Amino acid sequence: MKKLPSTLTYMTLSLGVITIVAGALLAWVHEITAAPIEEAAQRKQVEAIRAVLPEFDNDPTAQQVTWTPPSGSEPFTIFPAYKGDVFAGAAVEGYSLNGFSGEVRIMYGFDAEGDITGYEVLSHAETPGLGAKMDEWFRMDIGHRSVIGKNPAETSMYVTKDPGGEIDAITAATISSRAFLATLRECYDAFKYYKTEKTVSHE
Amino acid sequence: MNKLRIIYNGLITENPTFVLLLGMCPTLGTTGSAITGLSMGLATSGVLVCSNAAISGIKNMVPDKVRIPAYIVVIATFVTLLQMFMQAYLPSLNESLGIFIPLIVVNCILLGRAEAYASRRSVIDSVFDGIGIGCGFTVALTMLGSIRELLGTGTVFGARIFPETYGSLLFVLAPGAFIALGFLIAIINHVRNRKQS
Repeated sequence: MKKLPSTLTYMTLSLGVITIVAGALLAWVHEITAAPIEEAAQRKQVEAIRAVLPEFDNDPTAQQVTWTPPSGSEPFTIFPAYKGDVFAGAAVEGYSLNGFSGEVRIMYGFDAEGDITGYEVLSHAETPGLGAKMDEWFRMDIGHRSVIGKNPAETSMYVTKDPGGEIDAITAATISSRAFLATLRECYDAFKYYKTEKTVSHE
Repeated sequence: MNKLRIIYNGLITENPTFVLLLGMCPTLGTTGSAITGLSMGLATSGVLVCSNAAISGIKNMVPDKVRIPAYIVVIATFVTLLQMFMQAYLPSLNESLGIFIPLIVVNCILLGRAEAYASRRSVIDSVFDGIGIGCGFTVALTMLGSIRELLGTGTVFGARIFPETYGSLLFVLAPGAFIALGFLIAIINHVRNRKQS
């Protein structure tokens, strides 16, 4: 077959056919992968909830509540945990836009008293080797690094560089640490809001 | 040209990273560790083989004046397909490569091979060219990733070689990528020159 000449008809036809085939192919694969993609995202969320919360026997995803922080437009999500009828704590998924390279998304677990039971960094774009260390740093039992077991009502959740702060920032990554702690403080606000206003007795 | 020669050409003589110096952005951006370098190389190779084959297959149906948009559409389609499959079946890998997967669309290696090779040769030859260039890119990224991971954190593919305290953070960050790449290119060119003379 000879190469088609560059006339308007051939150019339009050729690009038209290529884009239609490409579009059809994408639509077909989207159809196939949409469900697994959704599942993968949900599995990650459920795993994170399990990792940060103490024992519970309800379905926190089914009972999720949203709370909009004063600093942002997109709401935080609160996943409440109950054991029997008793409020056992909540996992709060929050974010900060003040990371060193944009958004940081973290899930924190609180027990019924508000003590931090764990956290999972869900997504971030921080510098590897520096801010990206937040995944382990704030659970290390060295100096004042760990936030686990502490209660934001009693411990000032600011880096020690800031006035009154009681948490050690990641070495050379103060901005990432501030974003981490800012998310933590707002998630705690979300937790308090849920605890005072939304706690339901399980009938 | 026999098929083995085409592969050898992509892997050594026209290695996209060390000889042609193409695709520097993902080369520097995804080689923080050996495993991300390797995965990025494989992802790019997969797209390259598919796009080379498709472009070679449609080369006579595409008039010259619209060939660039046509090639871009073909490449973008394969990249999007790859990303959907990765999101569905390899979500953690997809996250660690992040923005660099969609950026394969504008990787000049792909468009370069489409223009310089696939649009003139048979489908079979183009597939082999894709495999060769893809292997060259993958090997280069894996080498660079291993070196940076070793010097930066003391591990290669997660296996510890020396304690982390001796690692230099510099190599995990961008400057280390430039330094390591520069030295690698210098060494490889030195070896090539010696062989030639």
